[in-house]
Amino acid sequence: MRYIPNTDADCRAMLQAIGVRSVEELFGDIPPAVRLKRPLKVPPAMSEPEVGRHLRALAAQNADADRYSMFLGAGCYNHFSPAIINHLVLRGEFLTPYTPYQPEVSQGTLQALYEYQSLVCLLTAMEVSNASMYEGASATAEAVLMAQRVTGRNEVVLARAVHPEYRTVTRTYASQLGISFREVPFTEAGVTDPTQVRKALGEKVACLVVQSPNFFGGIEDLPQLAEAAHAVGALLVVAVAEPVALGLLKPPGECGADIVTAEGAGLGTGLNYGGPAVGFFATREKFIRHMPGRLVGQTVDREGRTGYVLTLATREQHIRREKATSNICTSESLIANMSGMYMVTMGPQGLREVALLNLRKAAYAKEQLAKIRGCSLRFTGPTFNEFVLRTKRKPGEVLTGLLKRQIIGGLDLGRFYPELKDCLLVCVTEQNSRTEIDALAKALGGGR
Amino acid sequence: MSGTGNTVGTRGLVLNEPLIFGQGSPGRVGYSLPPSDVPEKKAEALIPRRLLRDGIPGLPEVSEVDVIRHYTRISQWNYCVDLGFYPLGSCTMKYNPRINEDMARLPGFAKAHPYQPEELSQGALQLMWELEQYLADVSGLDRVTLQPSAGAHGELTGLMMIRAYHTSRGNPRSKVLIPDSAHGTNPATSALCGYRVVPVKEGPRGVVEAKAVAEVMDEEVAAIMVTNPNTLGLFEENIVDVAKIVHAKGGQVYCDGANLNSVMGISRPGDWGVDVIQINLHKTFSQPHGGGGPGAGPVALRKHLAPFMPFPTVEKKGNRFVLDYQRPKSIGKVRAFAASFGVLVRSYTYIRSMGAAGLRRAAEVAILNANYILSQLKGVYHLPYDRHCMHECVFSDALQARNDIHTLDIAKRLIDYGFHPPTIYFPLIVKGALMIEPTETESKETLDQFIAAMRRIAQEAQENPEMLRLAPHNPRVTRMNETKAAREPKLRWQPGR
Repeated sequence: MRYIPNTDADCRAMLQAIGVRSVEELFGDIPPAVRLKRPLKVPPAMSEPEVGRHLRALAAQNADADRYSMFLGAGCYNHFSPAIINHLVLRGEFLTPYTPYQPEVSQGTLQALYEYQSLVCLLTAMEVSNASMYEGASATAEAVLMAQRVTGRNEVVLARAVHPEYRTVTRTYASQLGISFREVPFTEAGVTDPTQVRKALGEKVACLVVQSPNFFGGIEDLPQLAEAAHAVGALLVVAVAEPVALGLLKPPGECGADIVTAEGAGLGTGLNYGGPAVGFFATREKFIRHMPGRLVGQTVDREGRTGYVLTLATREQHIRREKATSNICTSESLIANMSGMYMVTMGPQGLREVALLNLRKAAYAKEQLAKIRGCSLRFTGPTFNEFVLRTKRKPGEVLTGLLKRQIIGGLDLGRFYPELKDCLLVCVTEQNSRTEIDALAKALGGGR
Repeated sequence: MSGTGNTVGTRGLVLNEPLIFGQGSPGRVGYSLPPSDVPEKKAEALIPRRLLRDGIPGLPEVSEVDVIRHYTRISQWNYCVDLGFYPLGSCTMKYNPRINEDMARLPGFAKAHPYQPEELSQGALQLMWELEQYLADVSGLDRVTLQPSAGAHGELTGLMMIRAYHTSRGNPRSKVLIPDSAHGTNPATSALCGYRVVPVKEGPRGVVEAKAVAEVMDEEVAAIMVTNPNTLGLFEENIVDVAKIVHAKGGQVYCDGANLNSVMGISRPGDWGVDVIQINLHKTFSQPHGGGGPGAGPVALRKHLAPFMPFPTVEKKGNRFVLDYQRPKSIGKVRAFAASFGVLVRSYTYIRSMGAAGLRRAAEVAILNANYILSQLKGVYHLPYDRHCMHECVFSDALQARNDIHTLDIAKRLIDYGFHPPTIYFPLIVKGALMIEPTETESKETLDQFIAAMRRIAQEAQENPEMLRLAPHNPRVTRMNETKAAREPKLRWQPGR
């Protein structure tokens, strides 16, 4: 086996040095009754070319955004990633170290994560960011738990326009911590209903959770929502499932958000059938000690040279154990650093340009699709790169029809919203050309 | 004085590199995007002006070359498995095969969308379904949820399922038993699930004794969380009896599977009486650690807990694979979408490359390598539990402490010799612990070099303790002022500061 260097002769020499005759003697503590007396039910080893062929055959059975026109987003977005990002993360120095517990030999990861934290702060206009969480949904759940710690309150108001799976994950995380949830509906504009929000808020509410752009692509009026939350002493948690939008949109930190979470996979990592991903988690400086997750801080070494360390660990499980702010240990450093590399590569100009491309292409698609007989826009409000299309034919049938033309047309919203069972969620990114959009419009219109 | 003789530690040309912020110049770009092929409407025409931003002040403007140089330079300040021996106990820092990376990047995996139709995702679903079968057999259990994104995430999922199971029987119960040697994630997870932690002390042999469990076990205990092999690198030899005691009072046995690497193919948690175990794919199944993730923590479980698994599960119906979302008793979800799929591809590729025999051989050689180190350093360093070990051996600084040299000094000096330090000061039950886990992917020569360095350090502790206290001497930076970092937190770069 090429991953196990020791030969039988090496093993014999080591056994002799230890003073035992066989490896079995070394695990003599395992009661014989519970030793496995047969080989594992795992197929025999494949050689490198064989395993490559096998995996390629499996991969070929899946649709992918290279072979299909992808108009599916819904929390997982098909964006371009510059080639250098893949090359940089494949460097063994980034790929194969552990969590940077020994700062003297981990300055690369630590500085990159410090830069990542800074970049997340710049993008969201928040004051402080941790070094990453697993992904957007669980980061949002952790934000709710943090709001409970900060405010000492146990009620949470969730906008129904938040990604359905983010809401499920949040409820799952909170299930044993005495938190009760109230969901507020959306308006005909496709955004969270501010009147209903005010009604739901009260002095027992720890936080209001919204997403912007929301699940329907709608851009929430965050300043208004922040005001409503703050009026009753609740925090505003803003989840950003599509941070490419922040190249254009007013950042949550300038709109009164207290905690911002985001799904960063769209910034340089990609679809990967849903993961690995990375959860951004940023907040206000005054809440630092309530934050979950690792934090990298700047300091100096004994000679006064600038360097970086994991810091404020007294919040964390390995020190605080059952009193920790979270149980998180391994997070998503490499993916966090990929998103950092993406932000640096794109720069202020690139982030704006890619956001504009998304906005314009989606606006064009919206216009074209709304013209089709039997199709109409479900909501009236402004959107970023996703929008909801009502179709006369059943959305499921529409989507199946599109597959024949190598088009993955979007999401059948009935899956998550019974009241929108006649609707499709359509996403258009910089990866979709006008030709693709026109082909989608033609196919939806029944043209050949 | 600080020389390291004929071992591998040395200094190459390492370049200085400041933060990326402030580098570059206005107008410089590192990206390339196509021109718009649709009407170039102004953002203000589509979104109200007051919801738009003016720019992102502070973001650097750099070229592609600048980006490559920046990250390549700082990458060289990292130690990593690709560079050398990384005996970090409990972390299983084995080699990360490169074919796994290539497979995860196949467009059919990397560019597939989690909500695309099942009939167009059969390859991904088949991979997940097969991986579940393999992990179920390795753990000796019935089902596996692939959803959790890390070990602690798996613990949370597992304990939630246990809670849901008890709740379905009328009482969620209130306590979880945890041995003192456990990872910090175990008590933190218990708290997240609303349980109070009851500690259980290890016996004199470094393992949990059945009697100690029997004394605290009652019908309010939801589960015992036991790490096996434990964090001392010892097999919990009483686990079968412990499981019986816990089961007799209706409790569940949760095994922290962080150390599964040394038992795969040799002995199975399900056969010990374990009901639930999380499997750290980034330890046992070769997913690269990435400087702290991504990982994945699938959870294997016994049949009676299957109704509570997070949705969706992957099911096989005839020759087709489907995602099952209709699970009314499910705990819910612990992340969006089905799983950290790219991690699963790497571990699947690893398992198919190793085969049944290879996995068992990996466990055996991991045990052999750890015991070889133990045998060669015994006497040079204090061995608190003098017996054979499994995947890792735990020494302490008791002998060196006589010269006022402590675990931290030994660890830092190892860096000069070209090795990553072991896990230090853990488990907490050993004062000044040095927890060494070599894994199976290291050769005897590497182990011999490490052993020689450890012996030299023991000698240096007597002859030149002051030099050890100032170690490491080779890296670009030396010991960091961690107190300053915590007292005056500086957690980001800020424009104009």
